[in-house]
Amino acid sequence: MSMQFEGRDILSIKDFSVKEIMHILKTAKKMVPAAKGERRDESLRGKVLATIFFEPSTRTRLSFESAMSRLGGRAIGMADPEASSLKKGETLADTIKMAESYADVTVLRHHHMGAARLAANFSAKPIINGGDGAGQHPTQTMLDLFTIWTEKGKIEGQKVALVGDLKYGRTAHSLSYALSLFGAKLYFVAPPTLQMPKEVVDDAKVGKVRPKLTGDLNDVIGKVDVLYVTRIQKERFPDPQEYQRVAGLYKVDVGLLEEAKKDLIVMHPLPRVNEIHPSVDGTHHARYFEQAFNGVPVRMALLALILGAVE
Amino acid sequence: MRELRVTPIKNGTVIDHIPAGMALKVLKILGITEESSDSTVSVAMRVTSKKSTLKDIVKVEDRELLEKEVDKIALVAPNATINIIQNFNVKQKHKVELPEVAKGILICGNPNCITNLREPVETEFVVVSKSPVRLRCVYCERDLENIVDAIT
Repeated sequence: MSMQFEGRDILSIKDFSVKEIMHILKTAKKMVPAAKGERRDESLRGKVLATIFFEPSTRTRLSFESAMSRLGGRAIGMADPEASSLKKGETLADTIKMAESYADVTVLRHHHMGAARLAANFSAKPIINGGDGAGQHPTQTMLDLFTIWTEKGKIEGQKVALVGDLKYGRTAHSLSYALSLFGAKLYFVAPPTLQMPKEVVDDAKVGKVRPKLTGDLNDVIGKVDVLYVTRIQKERFPDPQEYQRVAGLYKVDVGLLEEAKKDLIVMHPLPRVNEIHPSVDGTHHARYFEQAFNGVPVRMALLALILGAVE
Repeated sequence: MRELRVTPIKNGTVIDHIPAGMALKVLKILGITEESSDSTVSVAMRVTSKKSTLKDIVKVEDRELLEKEVDKIALVAPNATINIIQNFNVKQKHKVELPEVAKGILICGNPNCITNLREPVETEFVVVSKSPVRLRCVYCERDLENIVDAIT
């Protein structure tokens, strides 16, 4: 079966098979020199990317713009769509139809779940989901997979602990689905109030191995190959004391890492608050800044594939 | 002689094998609770079926059901049968069937779903399980928690 990427939307990680994801990751690996500026690539010269972000974003937006520039294309964006079209009462459907007439591909971030799939219904040109509220963020998942794959050589069989706010964190939801699809062994580390929603745990059973749930980071720190830490959002807690107590439970510092496997890697989608102590940055475990960089080659690969510059 | 709780109808539709207590939901689906409706309706609730379980029956005179109405009934009464009556005889009898995709007949229960905004789009749910019925929104990918309340 041949893989068809040209013209395709990137809406949810669930729309992709392992084979397709691996093809994206391999394409991304070839993009690394150009992503670092060590090689010139003009394969998307003359192409235009529209970035429509209804929610603030630093990494996603910058790395998409960087990815497009590194391939010789241009990125255009609305300064603040929240202030312009939405305030005037324009529907998302209309905003997207307008973007379609200005660009070859659109990346959309929106606070409502399913916004990107709706957008795709109204656009003949490809839509990339840059995060839809508490829903999906497929390009983040792909760069997370890319990081594990390049650091560890393979994803299958890796023991991965997802730590922090697993209830509301969309990153953790999509990633746990994808990792189980690849046959990784999952550990969900969160207090009961922030554990994975049932449907996400059910989805994570697509693989052969059932995820293990625990509230204690010390249970897993000696076992795992990848520690994927997410931010516990203060605004989720009505009681600030409860927040302090929970946030304190999942602090990754040099002391904790003494218990870890030598080749453990620590990942984080960023921004971090204080769940990873800065002293970890200098250790050989830290990979979160590499992970942030990986957003560029992965997004380059996706843009090149869906715009037909590579197969 | 068998005693009939509800008399036979001449022309119309009999919806049988509705789970006990769900008849009122079926009436709501058919719009019979609206003032504009002029159909004569008989309802029997919690009658003993041949399988000795309790069921509800709804009889609507001089009316056949629309496809969308049948799809909605299938969601609240997956084992219901629809009997089309002509001149006191059953002209057609069939079981309702859950559609693979429920389009435009439900509201997503997730307030953060894009379909709850003022966008020109029909809701769409895929049936992920038939027994028990589980529906997943194509847009926000969340399962619908309360199907009965979500029916439009």
